[in-house]
Amino acid sequence: MDNIAGRKPALAWAVHISVVALVLLWVLPTFGLLVSSFRTGDQISTSGWWRALTTQEQQLSPIRLAGNEAEVDGTFVIEGALFSNARQVSAWGTSSRAPDAFAPGDVAELADGQTLTVGPTGSFRLTSPVSLEGSRLPRVFATAATPPEFTLQNYRKVLFTPSAGQSIGQAFLNTLTVAIPATIIPILIAAFAAYALAWMDFPGRALLVAAVVGLLVVPLQLALIPLLQFHNAIGIGKGYLGIWLAHTGFGLPLAIYLLRNYMVSLPRDIIENARVDGATEFQIFLKIILPLSFPALASFAIFQFLWTWNDLLVALVFLGTGNDQLVLTGTLVNLMGSRGGDWEILATSAFVSIAVPLLVFFAMQKYLVRGLLAGSVK
Amino acid sequence: MHPALQAVLMIAIGVGGCIGYFLASNLLLDRVLFPARGANAGRNVTRANLIRPWLFLLPAIVALGLYLAYPVFATFWLSLHQQRAGNVSEFVGLANYTGMLAEPKFRESMRNNMMWLVVVPALATLFGLLAAQLTDRIWWGNIAKSLIFMPMAISFVGASVIWKLVYDARPAGQDQIGILNAVYLWFGGTAPQTWLTIPLWNNLFLMIVLVWIQAGFAMVILSAALRAIPEETIEAAILDGANPFQIFFRIKVPQIRGTIVVVWTTITITVLKVFDIVLAMTNGQWETQVLANYMFDKLFRAGDWGVGSASAMVIMLLVTPILIWNVTNARKEMR
Repeated sequence: MDNIAGRKPALAWAVHISVVALVLLWVLPTFGLLVSSFRTGDQISTSGWWRALTTQEQQLSPIRLAGNEAEVDGTFVIEGALFSNARQVSAWGTSSRAPDAFAPGDVAELADGQTLTVGPTGSFRLTSPVSLEGSRLPRVFATAATPPEFTLQNYRKVLFTPSAGQSIGQAFLNTLTVAIPATIIPILIAAFAAYALAWMDFPGRALLVAAVVGLLVVPLQLALIPLLQFHNAIGIGKGYLGIWLAHTGFGLPLAIYLLRNYMVSLPRDIIENARVDGATEFQIFLKIILPLSFPALASFAIFQFLWTWNDLLVALVFLGTGNDQLVLTGTLVNLMGSRGGDWEILATSAFVSIAVPLLVFFAMQKYLVRGLLAGSVK
Repeated sequence: MHPALQAVLMIAIGVGGCIGYFLASNLLLDRVLFPARGANAGRNVTRANLIRPWLFLLPAIVALGLYLAYPVFATFWLSLHQQRAGNVSEFVGLANYTGMLAEPKFRESMRNNMMWLVVVPALATLFGLLAAQLTDRIWWGNIAKSLIFMPMAISFVGASVIWKLVYDARPAGQDQIGILNAVYLWFGGTAPQTWLTIPLWNNLFLMIVLVWIQAGFAMVILSAALRAIPEETIEAAILDGANPFQIFFRIKVPQIRGTIVVVWTTITITVLKVFDIVLAMTNGQWETQVLANYMFDKLFRAGDWGVGSASAMVIMLLVTPILIWNVTNARKEMR
């Protein structure tokens, strides 16, 4: 439609700019968390993540001097570096009232005859007529330019060192353990049912299809207590078996609905020819319908995987709270409660939990879109 | 047993069990019960074909019945009873419902849920429609779409963490690390706000999270609907001198009205069940409680199954009109 009369270049620009604005609005929150997950906790809590991308000139939190004393010609000297990383000092001071009193290289006269000088790269030299052994050294307030700096430390910490009983690595495995069987099992059950609903003629078929459409919207909130009672009664209790069964049950309406809609649209000739040639229904299903339905199967598998991976409610109810059963979403909620201020832990953990669905999303977007289009009740 | 091993075993049992069941039951039907040979081969084939659909459907019907249909009735039953000490339940009629209606926290949840029901589907559909229409006309539209669609893959809890950073507030004078406060101060705001604790408005900030997730869904569906609009209607409008806005609002939107309704109702159902976002971000504090989280509170924190079930029934009641509408439509389509 680009060459249709009536399109104005000004309007085209407006469209481009609006889309850029929309995309930024939608991407920035996630991007902010991603950037934050590569910063140290100190960096996150002292400056916005958008500042992490450029060299920043800012006043640092006070640094207390430390170092080994050496005696040179009767004066005691401590030398060292303020920072462990590359920074450019632009001003410094020794009191919070005048944090930028001195330029790099200046010599400051402190009390008791001490002198202090801070170089442009953060190296300092403190001299004193008496030994400073055992006394508190002065603090330095520095304003410095810090180049962008990122670290993988958070990921190392979150994945491999469990802290306060919350191990993200373990939760990751638990989530996989929940999601994979809960994705695979409903597919087969649903595929058989969908075939019957699509291509077999029997009384009550229309009613069953209507029932599936109805169950599609039943809130699973209603199922929690009765099913927990049921699981306790038959001895499953809280555990993986219970959650696999629950996810299977909850995923079935969508699975049957998607697959039936897809199978109905397959060409009638193929199936009738096979029937005429003497194929049994079972053979038709396995050899013809199942392979042809691959796109629909893939769509549902993605839906169900994303849903089970991202689910919190079902996991809270049907799984235990022990370390070997806590899933990623549950761990994240706990972290938000107990360590809401530790943004480096929170951001990194969140990204670990988001990474897999995002990967699936970008790799299989085609099937996801197709499934959405087929699955929204028309 | 190690859970991972258990999972592999479960997959094997699940898949093997399914295939085994279908294979065995079909064999049983064809070879043993009604073999297609002998004196009444013809009658047997007919009979077998009468039964076969039910063999195919049985596992699904059992699972659906047990995990979705039965709980609706069981929850209703529970909502009319009160748990007493010693695992005894006593019939109390509608006492759970009347007690719940009198509770301020429940009324707050209802009020908030109504706001969610209006704001989230409206905004998500609006943004979805806007994104669908705009991205359809530019060369990098597919990339833009895929980026706006991306939050669909993120869990509600993950999204809550993402947005909690956006809403973060530091004391005045410090560098703000939440982008909303930074923007607010940059545009001349007086002091950093703790957005999630301002009553009434904080609901809006929670809703934005869901809008952010759902807009992509709306966009995908609506974009397909926009593309399916017959080209001639648009060409005719252009020839008649309609401007782009008229084309959009007078020609395109009326033609996709049905799809807009579908998107709207689908998001409405998601909204009614919203739980994770509220639990993770405010846990219902500062007047942000919603029904699903209220129910979770009652069921699993207060241990009050009666009132918890009653509030679940309220959610069911709110979903029912959509359920009936969907079923009616599906039946119409079947004919």
